[in-house]
Amino acid sequence: MDVYLPIANLAVNGLVIVGLGALTGLLSGMFGVGGGFLTTPLLIFYGVPPTVAAASAASQVTGASVSGAFAHARRGGIDYHMGAVLVAGGVLGTGIGALLFRLLQALGQIDTVINILYVVLLGGIGGLMAHESITALRASRNGAARPARRRRHHPLVASLPLRWRFYRSGLYISPLAPLLLGMATGILTMLMGIGGGFILVPAMLYILGMGVNVVVGTSLFQILFVTMATTMMHALTTHAVDIVLAGLLLIGSVSGAQVGAQFAQKAKPEQLRLILAIIVLGVALRMALGLGYRPDEIYSVVPL
Amino acid sequence: MALGPLWLMAGGARAPILVPEISQHQVEVRQGFTGADLLLYGAILDPAGTRAAQDYDIVVVLKGPVQSIVLREKSKVAGIWVNAANTQFRSAPSFFALASSRPVRDIVDEKTAAIYELGLDKLQLSPIGVIDPALQHRFSAGLVDLMARQGLYREDGHGVAISGQVLYSARIALPSQVRTGTYTAETFAIRQGRVITSAVTRVDVTKQGFERFVAEQAAGNGLLYGLFAVFVSVGMGWLAGRLFALV
Repeated sequence: MDVYLPIANLAVNGLVIVGLGALTGLLSGMFGVGGGFLTTPLLIFYGVPPTVAAASAASQVTGASVSGAFAHARRGGIDYHMGAVLVAGGVLGTGIGALLFRLLQALGQIDTVINILYVVLLGGIGGLMAHESITALRASRNGAARPARRRRHHPLVASLPLRWRFYRSGLYISPLAPLLLGMATGILTMLMGIGGGFILVPAMLYILGMGVNVVVGTSLFQILFVTMATTMMHALTTHAVDIVLAGLLLIGSVSGAQVGAQFAQKAKPEQLRLILAIIVLGVALRMALGLGYRPDEIYSVVPL
Repeated sequence: MALGPLWLMAGGARAPILVPEISQHQVEVRQGFTGADLLLYGAILDPAGTRAAQDYDIVVVLKGPVQSIVLREKSKVAGIWVNAANTQFRSAPSFFALASSRPVRDIVDEKTAAIYELGLDKLQLSPIGVIDPALQHRFSAGLVDLMARQGLYREDGHGVAISGQVLYSARIALPSQVRTGTYTAETFAIRQGRVITSAVTRVDVTKQGFERFVAEQAAGNGLLYGLFAVFVSVGMGWLAGRLFALV
């Protein structure tokens, strides 16, 4: 099924794009990650110009997060209070990200920066998650009780001034911590064309120390609003949002997200985290190889 | 729609008459566009128009709108591949396809090929700034190689068929990712290494219907377009949520 993309200026196989959307939607519903970290590189690999890929993937992530967020909202899995603080940070972050994007693009180093960010962030977080979930799985298999966590959240978080109560997360911490976290993911969303969920979920778990049952829903809630801001930012500045491409991705991802959310309720959280860790490490490894090996394309063209 | 042949006499009064034509002067980019196959054909006659011309070689060049580009080159710095060098070209064609009855190097010498831009290595890219020739050559070759692998630059040394020394035809495929704009198809009649005559026709590649509307809105109406994109994505996500809640 050939579909012509009016902004990307090329014909693609519509079914491939829908399938790609379904895959990332599944991840979105299961793990609360946007799935953008897979969509954007795969679209670029398929021949879609990088800016169009990043801009359209953002609106695809919006759709996937809505349907995932609804699923989690129904079972009370969103801390709206925490979510609002994260969103405020995230919107600030997209603005900063847009400026950084333009600067790096002018320097011609945007690809390298994106690749290094992928390797460092995905590699670090994937490794952390894999280690944690393997320890947890081994502990539960041996029948031994899981050792109690020594601390609820990172000492740096505790040292920040101002304290708010976040009831659903079961936290009494400074709102500056989620604000900064939201800002960091906002910057990454704009730079890497990703939802930032793969950063947000582990950071909420290990840095903020949020309750496991609200992490995925709240992360989706934040991603939803930040990707909406990103789509607007791209529509106004780069004019690279391809509505046809986004629509095709959406058809797949909104359905995938629903299926994923149902899986998530049945599976063990440790197993889910291990699977996510493996996917994340795989992408990081691929990117690391890409940096070291001679790339397929030595030359790249950008309009002046 | 034919703009008519433009005459360019290079061989004096005895130049043959070249009548070029193209299968379509309008290429419409609509939903389902997967590229277009253009047939460039025509006839070469002697000035009296009474009989076939003698042995001529025909070269057909289809060229897309030119664009100013930055070309970046990766090289290995401290163990990783980064964009290290770059150069700017003011007039890189977005599409270039050359078809000839024999390979160009057998038809004309280097100098003539350079004058008429006959060949992928003879493109006049107008580099901006001062560059040494060796470096410029490397960059041009890199650009040509990149565009060739994307199907946007092509050279076919046996792409023109001449029948009865009168009629010639060449088939050039436009891939789906071509840029919109005015394309020029230039036909050269060459004899004994000299360009005897040439003629130009034009092809307009334009977006039509829905595709045109989307492209215009995205470029000129960013706010509404962005809001619509957000509305669609939220709406579709919400709809899927409702539908699956019923299941």
